This record gives sequence, C-alpha cells and structure tokens, in this order.
Amino acid sequence: MSQDEYRGDMLPGQADFRLPEPPPVQRVNGRRPIPEKPPTVETDADVWDQRVADTLAFLRRRLAGQYEVDEFGFDPELVDTFFHPLLKILYRDWFRTEVFGIENVPSDGSGLVVGNHSGTIALDALMLTVALRDKHPNERHLRLLGADLVFRMPVMSELARAVGATVACNPDAERLMNSGHLVGVFPEGFKGIGKKFSDRYKLQRFGRGGFVSAALRTGTPIVPVAIVGAEEIYPILADLKPLARLLGVPYFPVTPTFPWLGPLGLVPLPSKWLIEFCPPIPTAHLTEYADDPLVVYNLADQVRETIQATLHELLEKRPDPFGP
Amino acid sequence: MTAAPSVVVVTGVSRYIGARVAARLAADPRIDRVVGLDPHDPPVGLLGLLDGVERIRADARAATEAIVDLGAEAVVHLAITSVPDAQQGRAAMKEQNVIGTMQVLAAAQGTSTLRKLVVRSSTAAYGASFRDPAVFTEDTEPRAVPRGSFARDILDIEGYVRGFRRRRPEVAATVLRFAPMISSSAETSLTRYFSQPVVPTVLGRDARLQFVHVEDALEVLHRSVIEDHPGTFNVAGSGILMLSQAVRRAGRISLPVPEPALSTGAALLRHFGVEQIGLDQIDLFVHGRVVDTTRLIDEFGFTPRTTLAAFEDFIQAHAEGSTLTADRLAAAENAILDGIRKVRATS
Repeated sequence: MSQDEYRGDMLPGQADFRLPEPPPVQRVNGRRPIPEKPPTVETDADVWDQRVADTLAFLRRRLAGQYEVDEFGFDPELVDTFFHPLLKILYRDWFRTEVFGIENVPSDGSGLVVGNHSGTIALDALMLTVALRDKHPNERHLRLLGADLVFRMPVMSELARAVGATVACNPDAERLMNSGHLVGVFPEGFKGIGKKFSDRYKLQRFGRGGFVSAALRTGTPIVPVAIVGAEEIYPILADLKPLARLLGVPYFPVTPTFPWLGPLGLVPLPSKWLIEFCPPIPTAHLTEYADDPLVVYNLADQVRETIQATLHELLEKRPDPFGP
Repeated sequence: MTAAPSVVVVTGVSRYIGARVAARLAADPRIDRVVGLDPHDPPVGLLGLLDGVERIRADARAATEAIVDLGAEAVVHLAITSVPDAQQGRAAMKEQNVIGTMQVLAAAQGTSTLRKLVVRSSTAAYGASFRDPAVFTEDTEPRAVPRGSFARDILDIEGYVRGFRRRRPEVAATVLRFAPMISSSAETSLTRYFSQPVVPTVLGRDARLQFVHVEDALEVLHRSVIEDHPGTFNVAGSGILMLSQAVRRAGRISLPVPEPALSTGAALLRHFGVEQIGLDQIDLFVHGRVVDTTRLIDEFGFTPRTTLAAFEDFIQAHAEGSTLTADRLAAAENAILDGIRKVRATS
C-alpha cells in the first residue's frame, strides 16, 4: 500500500476515516496467487471501529437535529437505526415469527393492510410493521392508524408518531393512501386487544367500516392479514372494569403474570407467531360506492370472513402455541 | 383578472407586518394610494418604512369613517395580535382583535367602492384536539373551542368574515391562515422563545411545527391585494420540524416540564409581565400544527420556502446564545472517536 493512496482528509483519527479496500484477488495462470490471502483477523477490530463511528455519527445527527421527519411525525432514521433492531429481536428470537403470502402485499403504491387485533397491548401492530420491513422485497414501512387514546397519552403519542402511526380518522387515512403509503389498520380496536383469553381468535365487531370507505374513496386495494400468536403473549383471565374506569383506560387486564409479578409481568410469553397476508381485494372499480353503506358493509364483512378463515387455517398449522 | 386597486387601506401599521405590507404596497406603482390606519404611532424603527404611506392615527371607530371617506378599493386587515400586550393585557388584545375586526368589516361593508378584502388569520383557527387529523386542510373544522385566547379570537374573526362574505358576495374576500412567522429579523413571541439559551418544552410531547418565512408571508399578502384570490388559504412552508428538532437545530437546550407545571409557570410569568407564553403556545407545543398548502400553491402559483429553510434563516441570525451547535457536536464526535481509537490501540 503506497502512501499516496491515502488522501489528506482520510488520515486515521478522522471521523470518516476508512481503511482502503484490499485489491481484488486475481488468479494467475489459473492458479490462486501465492501466498493466498489469509482470513483477515484484524477486520474484526475494524467492524467495531465502524460501529462506534456509525453510532457516534447517529448521535451527533440526533443531537444537532439533522434528520427528516414527515408531516405525520414519522422519523425513518430513528425507526431504522433504533426501534426496528430492538423489535426485530422480539420478532425473530422471542416469537420465532413466520410470514406467509408476502407477495400479496403491493410492491409499490398504496395498500390497506387490515388485521385481527389481539394481545392486550398492540404488539401485533409492531410485529406486523417489522414483518413488512423485514420480508417485503421493497422493505416497505407500514403506517399504522391508532386509536385517539394512544395520542392522548404523553410519551406514547410521540413514540407512536415517530414509528409512523397517526390518528385513525378518514382525512389521515386517505392522505396516506393518496400519497402511496402502505397503511395498517385494526378495525376491532380495543375490543380486539382487550378480549379475554377464552375468546381468543374470535374476531370482534369491525366498527363502522370506516377503513373500507377510506380505501374505496382512494381506490386502494385491501390486504387482509391474519396474525396468530399475539393472543397468547398476555392471556387476559379477567378484566377489572372498575379499576379501568378509574384509570380512564378501556380495560385493566389480569394475566397469569400481571399484576402479580409486577414489572416482570410485562414480559410477553414466548408464543409462536404466524402472519399470513391474504390476496388483495381490489377497490379501484368501486370508487363511487364509497358512501354506499351496503357496499361498505359487505366489503368489511368479506374482509372479516377472510381473516377469520385464515386464522383457523393458521391455527391448524400451529398445534402447539408455544412450539418451535 | 381585475386591475390592481388604486386606494388600499392597511390596518395595524404600527406593527412590523403591517408596516412592511404597507411599505411594499406603497412601492408598487400599480397602486396609487396606500393609507395606514392605526390607533398607535409606529415605533421609530418602523417609521423609515412608512415614508410612502399616508398614516391616519385613529382608533377602530374613527377608522371606519376613514375607510368610507377615502373610497377604499381594498382593505388589508392586519391589526390582529397573537399575544396580549404586557401593559394593556388581554382585554386590550380582545378589543383590538374582535371589536376592531367587527368595526373594520362594518366599515368595509358600507364602502361601495370596495372590491377586495384581505384578512390576516392564523392556523390557530384549527384549534387543538387529540382527535385532530395530522394535517389540516382549509375545510377542516375545529373539533372543540380552543382554550387559547388568540385561537378563540381567530375563530370570532373568521366568523365575522363569513358574515361579510354573505352580505357582500361581490367583494373578493381573502382569508390567509398563516403558520407562525419567522425570519432573521422579525421578532415574535416564538422567535423570542427559540432565542433563549434554555427552552422549556412539554414533557412527553413533541409537537410537529411549521413556519412561514416573513418575506413569503408578505409576498402572499401582496399578491392577494394585487390579484384576485377569494377564499381561505393556509400559508406555511412545506415540511415540518419537530419542536425538539427545532430546539436542537437552534443549538439550544430543551428543558422538558410537565404540562400542568408549564401552564402554571407561564401564568405566573404572565402575571409578572416577564414573558408572554399563553395557552395558545402551550396547546401548540402539546398538539403541534401542520397544514396542507396545496390550495395556496395552486391558486397563487407561489410556493413559500420550506419550514426548514425558513427556520435555517432564523438560526443564522440568532447564533449567539446557542450552546450545542453543529460544529461543536462534530468536534466532540471526532474527539470521542479519537479517544476510543487511542484507548483501543494501546490496549
């Protein structure tokens, strides 16, 4: 390595210093050049150097405010470098999530992903987000629609906005779909995540089907998704309604571990997760029926039936909720 | 398109925006006469701007006669304050905003020559609620009556303009809902807020903010006088800054305070007349406010500079007092990286 291959601003000690790449290995007369390049041991050290440099650069950008946030408060840099790696540990190692039918999710342009909701806290929404980012060929971000209660709570509201969620209302949903985003919605809402363990995998009522009219108005295909596994992470044995009313929350869950074990009760049980995306339902030809309650109701029902049927299929694939 | 109005009456010329607009219109050769109405004399700093402007020092009641007598063809109503004056307080602010607007509009209604009305409003018109959509279009209705006094005044003012539109449909009435204005030189309660070395914010909340550059606001006001753009328009720079991000970009340090404490503290400070942070500001910092400017861009053919660019212009002029500047952070980053490398090289 000659001296002039180093540029002046690339000296060791500078933040953007990189070791120059070794020259590619060339075959000489059909034989490997001698001596053969030994497996490099010192690259291990460089990986750490790179990681430290990347982390410091990330911290500097955060502290200086040098990042972009979209009009909904979505912060892609924070999500990709901080939230997703953390959630992915839960997704891959804790829940051993398997994903089916990812080809049913539009490769680009808008889509409305409609799922079943369960699991006491909305971990299924986050896992769905990770699954799409992880498994989709275009690594799509899912923009969740959340209940206004989420946005009422300090800290929680800002976390939700940072990961790309917004209030579930038609103007926001249509705005996201019109700008070609993949939108995620759980029409069961709190009825879904707050149901008792004995009602597991029974879809609750789908509200007024507002999600269908938003999809119809923007001609966005609806992708039903069935999520199996979230029901077992915090099985709700009882709901302390008076306490819930006192705290102003929709339900107060009693699980085998919560509140008995205190903070330890917040650790989700390691159930096996299966996520299946069903074939998309096109809506582009139904745009003028967005305000027709019968069309909206029938479509919502079709989505609901599809999810319920797929849930049963997935449950047969997974006889043991805590299996491998 | 109709010709530019020959006589323009501008209210609120004793304040920065009013004086700047009046000066701009006076410099426009298409306009023959610009009359500035204000109950107060402009401060010395603004007098230089108002050379080409006829000034009438009159309160709103007397001003109504002036508007009729002058045969005004356009009225630009800018005498709207967002923060109560330290000496006169909230009562004077309401008097000026609500009663003042009522009288100006009454006068405008009685002026047969009038062709154009331009009213300064604010994006505070959308109120603040947890069920609000993330982005407001001009058609979004506020979900609840806002608790901030300025926001309530704005709703009243827009209500009067709606009444005016019904009674004088042939007059092109333009309502401009401005995002908070910012520039290198303008001084508002928000620029004072971002100029402090330590900036109080609401704990657990990070608002999405939008700004509009003062020069762009002036351009839009100017165009609405010269051209015909009836309707209501959001005026803001595209893109957003999170409050925390804005504080960091300005090199300031944020001090998160629980919301009740901040409200009480602000009320105490108001009581002693130190700083004017009202419920309007606190609501803004809890809920944030982002508007859609498609209608403005389509109708005016003008795109204000982005929120980021407008805020950058402000930071450039307010570099003193900042602690965590980008340069210092970069230097610290290099020093830490060097330190780690040295430690690892020796071990």
